[in-house]
Amino acid sequence: MSDIHGILPLTLHELRFAAGGRGIIDGISAEIVAGPATIILGANGAGKSVLMRLMHGLLRPTSGEVTWREQGVERVRRGQAMVFQRPVVLRRSALANILYALELARVPAVEREAQAMAALREVGLLAVAHRPARVLSGGEQQRLALARAWALHPEVLFLDEPTANLDPGATREIENVIKAFDASGTKIVMSTHNLGQARRLGDEVLFIHQGRLVERAPVERFFKQPASSEAAAFIKGELPWV
Amino acid sequence: MSTLSQAVGGAIDLIATGDPTLGGIVALSLTVSLSAVLLAALLGLPLGAAIAVGRFPGRRALIVLLNALMGLPPVVVGLLVYLLLSRAGPLGELGLLFTPPAMVVAQTLLVLPIIAALCRQSVEDAWVEYEEQLRSLGADGLRAALTLVWDIRYSLVTAVLAGLGRALAEVGAVIIVGGNIDGVTRVMTTAIALETSKGDLPLALSLGFILIALVIALNAAAHLIKEAAQRRYG
Repeated sequence: MSDIHGILPLTLHELRFAAGGRGIIDGISAEIVAGPATIILGANGAGKSVLMRLMHGLLRPTSGEVTWREQGVERVRRGQAMVFQRPVVLRRSALANILYALELARVPAVEREAQAMAALREVGLLAVAHRPARVLSGGEQQRLALARAWALHPEVLFLDEPTANLDPGATREIENVIKAFDASGTKIVMSTHNLGQARRLGDEVLFIHQGRLVERAPVERFFKQPASSEAAAFIKGELPWV
Repeated sequence: MSTLSQAVGGAIDLIATGDPTLGGIVALSLTVSLSAVLLAALLGLPLGAAIAVGRFPGRRALIVLLNALMGLPPVVVGLLVYLLLSRAGPLGELGLLFTPPAMVVAQTLLVLPIIAALCRQSVEDAWVEYEEQLRSLGADGLRAALTLVWDIRYSLVTAVLAGLGRALAEVGAVIIVGGNIDGVTRVMTTAIALETSKGDLPLALSLGFILIALVIALNAAAHLIKEAAQRRYG
């Protein structure tokens, strides 16, 4: 996971994305380096989710470039994983869901089960390993999605508003797993509009407003002294009691 | 009215006594149609899923064509297979005309578009939900298609069942390529057509009863399987 041999840094150059004639990402340039947990912060509709998908390679930019230090397509793909707002789990057991991901990542068959069980233990789902994944609760399904990512040992983990649909208890459990990812050396890139969550999990903030990168700052400074008026207004709007 | 009651009485008699002619006809019907549906499912499910997931030129035209082929007239399929298998036809050498395998071929062609088109629709609906996750995990193309088919397998029971209903109920294709030969290629529908025109209404009606009962039983079984699976797997 060292940044010398890894796929990072990730470089975004003049990134633009339009759909149906409407510009959603409007010229974002940034370098995402190994280390600090990066929070993509912004209001609903700012373009956070689209930016995450462009970085992860699920969407092709209309113009501009997404480049990784590593050039090999296969290595870049396997060096990253993504957890979505709404987890998609397959109609099979929780364990089988992870085994499926490991098989796709070409992990040798003999190692898969041990890796999958370790990942389930990490997120606290060992007890339901053999239960059908679709009957788990929303929070458990999201933790399963995290376990699936954990088992893949990604260098970079993208999280697109992973707790947006969850209650506070489930949110806390998800955040603990994300902290464990961070502690293990995985680079976290997470989008959220939740300021508390950004503070709890992030080291640096990329603030997105109307498809543009308006401000980039360490978390503490961003909240204390936002440099842009948009960020100040967003912080104030989200925390009206401050 | 008396013709009807006589026919009903006779039909119940035939079924109750386990008439061997009747049994043979029912058995052949099931063998031919189940074989055809099995073949059509093996070909049609992957085909439908591939069209659902794939992006290639002519895809929309293919979907329209596939949907249109669901309404393929059985007699036309029968005629085409007849031409292929007849002595002078390109596959005449095989000597399959007027045998049960010829009937299986015809029904497979008839059922294939139904299974493929219904599967295509179901998989495409699921793909909307699964696409990003599967692509993120590195499942593309055929692999993704097969994963989706397996994941919605209980919904696809309906598609296969629609095919089976069609196969069991059609008469046009099997009568042309099978020839309705007594004891060899006579199935329920062709027997009903023949016995009705001959005036043997009890046999025709008893076959009709059995046919309807079979279709209801198969649908009930499939429905129960689907419900149980949904409870268990979500």
